[in-house]
Amino acid sequence: MPIKVEIISPEKVLVSRDVDMVVMPGEEGDIAAMPEHAPMMLLLRGGTVTLYEGETPTDHYFVGGGFADMTQTRCTILADEAVPVTEISIDAATARLEALTEAWESADKSDVSRLEGLMSKIQSVRAEIDAGAGG
Amino acid sequence: MASLKELRARIGSVKSTKKITSAMKMVAAAKLRRAQLHAEAARPYAAAMRRMLGELAGSMTGQDGLPQLLAGTGNDRVHLLIPITSDRGLAGGFNSNINRTTRLTIRRLQSEGKVVKLLPIGRKGYDYLSREYADLIVDHVIGVGGKEIPFSAASDLGAKVTALLEAGQFDVCTVIYNQFRNVMSQVPTPLQLIPLGLEEAEAKPDPNAAQYEFEPDEQVLLERLLPRNLQVQMYAALLESAAGEQGARMTAMDNATRNAGKAIDRLTQTYNRTRQANITNDLIEIISGAQAV
Repeated sequence: MPIKVEIISPEKVLVSRDVDMVVMPGEEGDIAAMPEHAPMMLLLRGGTVTLYEGETPTDHYFVGGGFADMTQTRCTILADEAVPVTEISIDAATARLEALTEAWESADKSDVSRLEGLMSKIQSVRAEIDAGAGG
Repeated sequence: MASLKELRARIGSVKSTKKITSAMKMVAAAKLRRAQLHAEAARPYAAAMRRMLGELAGSMTGQDGLPQLLAGTGNDRVHLLIPITSDRGLAGGFNSNINRTTRLTIRRLQSEGKVVKLLPIGRKGYDYLSREYADLIVDHVIGVGGKEIPFSAASDLGAKVTALLEAGQFDVCTVIYNQFRNVMSQVPTPLQLIPLGLEEAEAKPDPNAAQYEFEPDEQVLLERLLPRNLQVQMYAALLESAAGEQGARMTAMDNATRNAGKAIDRLTQTYNRTRQANITNDLIEIISGAQAV
C-alpha cells in the first residue's frame, strides 16, 4: 500500500504522488514515513528528502527546513524552500553561505536568538551544498 | 463654438489617450492571469499550515503559557492596522476603498478609546494616511507589489510584526486588504492576525484518528509554526491584493477606453456639424454676393 506524499513550498506544490517510503531530515535525526505510520508532526532541518518506490530511491529533493505532518496514509512536507537536488546551483549556494558567514561574524554575539537563526540557516545552506555535490 | 482646428486637436488627444488606456488594459489582463496563478499556487501551503496548526492548537487547548502570537497579550488596547494598497494608481477604486475602510476603522477604534497604530504597505496607502494620521504610523513598506512577490517579502513583514509584538507595541493586529472576488469586484476585508482566532484554528478532533506524536514537542512546534503562519497569511493577503490590483486596473482601463470611444464619437459629430455649418455659411456668402452683383 503506497503513501501519498506532498512536498509544498510557500510558492507552490512541488510533488504530489504515491510512493512507498519517504525519508526526511527531522530536526532530531532522519525519519522515514511509511504507510501505517502513527500520526506524527515534526520539525525539519535543512537536508534532503528521498522518495522510495519499493526499495529503490527515485527522487531527491532538498528542503531548507520546515515541518512535516504524517498520518497512516499521507505525508505532507511544508518546506520553507524546496528544490529538486538536480537543480541546486552550488555556486549560488556557496555565495549565500559566504554572505551568511559574514553576517555571523559581524553579528552581535549576545543576541542569542539571532545567532541561532543564522546558525540554522548556515547549516541548511551547507546541507544544500552537500546535497548538490552528492547528486 | 470651438474652431475646427481646436476640435481636430481634441479628437487627436482623446484618441491617443484611448490607445494608452487600452494598452494598459491589455497589460493588466496579462499580469492578472499571472497574479491569479500565483495566488492559487500558494493556497495548498496555507491550507496545510492551517490543518497542522488546528491539530496542534487542539491538543494544547486549556494549557497555560500559550505563545502571544496565538493567544494575544491578554489586552485589547492598542490596535495595529496594516492596510495593503498598491504602489501605483490608475486602478479605479482599488486604493481608495482600502483607504476609506482604514479611516473608518481608525475612527471607530478611537471612539472606543483604543490606541491605533498603522503600518501601511504600498505607496498609495502611505501617502494618503500620512496626510491625516502621520503620528500614528510606526513604519511603512513600499515596493512590495512589484512584478512578482517573493515569499521573503512576506517573511520580512512577519518578522517586523513579530518584533513589534515582542516589544509590547500592540495587542491586536489586523490586516486590511482587497480580497479578490473576481475581476470586477475586490472587497476590502479586515483579517485579524494576532491574536489568532482560536475558533478558527481549533480542531474538531476526529475521534477515530490516533493521537498525534510531536517531535520535538508541542511547545517548540507551536513556537515555530506560529511565526510561519503569520508570514503565510501575510503572503496570501499580498498575493490576493496583487491580483485584485490588476483586476481593478483592468476594469478601470476598460471603462476608460469605452468612455474615450464615446467622447471621440461625440467630438467627431460636433466636428462634422461645425464643418457643414461652415460650408453652408460660405455658400450663403457666395450666393448672396453673386445676387448682389
